[in-house]
Amino acid sequence: MQSDQTTVQGSKAGPAPPGAPGSDDRRWKLVSATMRRHGHSSQALIETLHTVQEVYGYLDDDSLKQVAHALGVPLSKVYGVATFYHFFTLKPQGEHTCVVCMGTACYIKGAPTLVAAVNEVAGISTGETTADGKLSLLSARCLGSCGLAPAVVMDGEVVGRIGDNDMKARITNWLESPGAEVANA
Amino acid sequence: MPEETTNGTQAQTTLDICVAAGCLSCQGDLVKEALEKEIDARGLAERVAVRGVGCLGLCMAGPLLRVSPDGILYQAMVPEDAGEIVESIGKKPVKRLECDAEQSFFTRQVKIVLENSGEVDPDKLDDYTAVGGYDALAKAVGEMEPSEVISEMVTSGLRGRGGGGYPSGLKWGTVAKADGARKYVICNADEGDPGAFMDRSVLESDPFRVLEGMAIAGYAVGADSGYVYCRAEYPLAVKRLKNAIRQAERAGFLGSNICGSSFRFTVDIRLGAGAFVCGEETALISSIEGNRGSPRPRPPFPAASGLWDCPTLINNVETFANVAPIIRNGGEWFSGIGTEKSKGTKVFALAGRVQNTGLIEVPMGTVLRDIIFDIGGGIPDGRKFKAVQTGGPSGGCIPEQFLDMAVTYESLAQAGSIMGSGGMIVMDETSCMVDVARYFMEFCMTESCGKCVPCRVGTMQMHELLEKITQGRASMKDLDLLEELCEVVRFSSLCGLGQTSPNPVLSTLRYFRDEYLAHIRDHVCPAGVCKMKSPSKIHAEVA
Ligand SMILES: Cc1cc2nc3c(=O)[nH]c(=O)nc-3n(C[C@H](O)[C@H](O)[C@H](O)COP(=O)(O)O)c2cc1C
Ligand code: SF4
Ligand code: SF4
Ligand code: FES
Ligand code: FES
Repeated sequence: MQSDQTTVQGSKAGPAPPGAPGSDDRRWKLVSATMRRHGHSSQALIETLHTVQEVYGYLDDDSLKQVAHALGVPLSKVYGVATFYHFFTLKPQGEHTCVVCMGTACYIKGAPTLVAAVNEVAGISTGETTADGKLSLLSARCLGSCGLAPAVVMDGEVVGRIGDNDMKARITNWLESPGAEVANA
Repeated sequence: MPEETTNGTQAQTTLDICVAAGCLSCQGDLVKEALEKEIDARGLAERVAVRGVGCLGLCMAGPLLRVSPDGILYQAMVPEDAGEIVESIGKKPVKRLECDAEQSFFTRQVKIVLENSGEVDPDKLDDYTAVGGYDALAKAVGEMEPSEVISEMVTSGLRGRGGGGYPSGLKWGTVAKADGARKYVICNADEGDPGAFMDRSVLESDPFRVLEGMAIAGYAVGADSGYVYCRAEYPLAVKRLKNAIRQAERAGFLGSNICGSSFRFTVDIRLGAGAFVCGEETALISSIEGNRGSPRPRPPFPAASGLWDCPTLINNVETFANVAPIIRNGGEWFSGIGTEKSKGTKVFALAGRVQNTGLIEVPMGTVLRDIIFDIGGGIPDGRKFKAVQTGGPSGGCIPEQFLDMAVTYESLAQAGSIMGSGGMIVMDETSCMVDVARYFMEFCMTESCGKCVPCRVGTMQMHELLEKITQGRASMKDLDLLEELCEVVRFSSLCGLGQTSPNPVLSTLRYFRDEYLAHIRDHVCPAGVCKMKSPSKIHAEVA
């Protein structure tokens, strides 16, 4: 469910400026392709937003404007849809993402203490990103891996039956690791 | 079924390893690779085949591996175990890794929906057809009139597995009779209930089966295209579905001239985007149309006016997965399973404080105690059973006194809960029932689409009252207000989300009122979950 690391980092470059629908931007081509596949129909809005988030890591303002223009949908509606669905995010994510499942099975098996553990070592609450942009903490409604509760997604990988200490160790490891360029080289 | 090896010969031994999401997240893919490497290294590729299969059910013990035809089951393997496992083929099994295949968890299940789960490679159409896949579709379009298909569905007594339990045959008949040049079939794979993963597992383990059900439905109601609306949170399910659609199209089970007939049916996927309310059928339709997923008043029902105002049949994943066996074996056969009003089997996602967490399928009418204590293996760590939550945010908590109840749509409703989509979350004394009610109210509050006031404002008020109770700041007046709000929200909300949001509160109030009172009067949480200010502090604040 999470955008992977490469796309998150890619977002630093930013999308093409408005008015010049990023013809040279490789990522924007993917967005255009999605719109084309649906005949630029307004009904393709959600599908298009999925692609934007997939390639840029989040829904940035410029992309939303361009999508509105290309599909002939009022910008208010684009924002309305983008903010209605939890899966969409209008903020760039940190270098690493940790999604704690807050579904019922995970909740009763200790998800709240996992969030507290992250809060303790990283100083952020759900929905926040550390000041240095290293880590974003998110929550999910249910990952559908309830048999492995409590479950978290760490940089796109589902980790089941995780304990508070293991969680703290992994987060600390991320926070102390060198910058993205080095880590992913 | 003997598997073909890489060079086309029939293997003597097959290693079936689960590649559904649960086991993949426990390194199942690495174990699979390690096994393949070991087999190659030992030159056994002609005798031993490795195959990825769907969920074997006992997800908590993953990764799971079954050795055929020896019938040995292994659990919780790591890649380093591969050598030992391959070495043991034809000899004594590796004791250390063995999982008892004779335990009640496996032997007490009856599989219809999950019959192929763990038996076929979900990425291979050939595997599916080898176990009779698409025979039912061929039979329907080749030998039956649409009306006969529908009457078979009516005879079966199948009721929708998405929550409401509406008779499927009746719904199909309504859509078939509706006027409209174009009609649609939608598979609801939003699975928004937290704590439920049956639909995910079916899609990941046996995607062809769902497509077959949809195509048969399309033939029966006169639709030529369909959508699967799937949560974006299930990427593996989406990937397998896409692959399954492509293969079915190529083999003529989807597309034009299906099975050589004049019937035409195509399937497309639409991704959800993480809104619980989009599981509600009118909201789902609005979402497919590219809008916010706000429900609209019914009637008109989707059966009369749904997607793009055309008559639309919406069923749940598990409902569609029941269709092929019903057409293959006849409605009579299906109605012989289960109870008088609840036919067939039901897949439950067993999770929470229970020994065997995973996916099970049992005949309707199975006793709750058998599910939790026999199949589920009881409560771990020597703790005591407290309640089982069924039906997600629209459901309720069932206490110990109902453990000998046979599980049906009716009995659950009588006990103040619902079947819902089949999530069963077991709780022991470490759970506080007031906190559980607060948890569900928070869920409903944040998931409310905001269209109508009773739901938008009511759930928020109720959440605040529950928060007050769990913090030991509430009075008996607050409890009265909470109960009053339950009624208001229940009767004046537009859609099912608001209408059912009071259920977890009502059911915990009904069976665990003493816990509410302990929080309010004595400022203590009997389960020790809620952190509250000590009573003396509160009195000091008041003074
Ligand atoms: C708030 C809400 C959420 C729902 N979520 C789902 C869901 O995730 N999956 C599902 O199949 N049905 C869900 N339903 C029920 C559907 O509206 C619909 O009744 C069902 O898909 C019909 O299929 P069935 O007859 O096969 O059960 C939900 C209903 C409500 C009110
Ligand atoms: S949310 Fe409602 S009140 Fe606010 S700007 Fe939009 S339409 Fe107007
Ligand atoms: S009941 Fe709640 S979710 Fe349903 S339409 Fe009203 S506000 Fe939206
Ligand atoms: S409740 Fe956490 S994965 Fe389902
Ligand atoms: S996911 Fe592997 S057994 Fe269920």
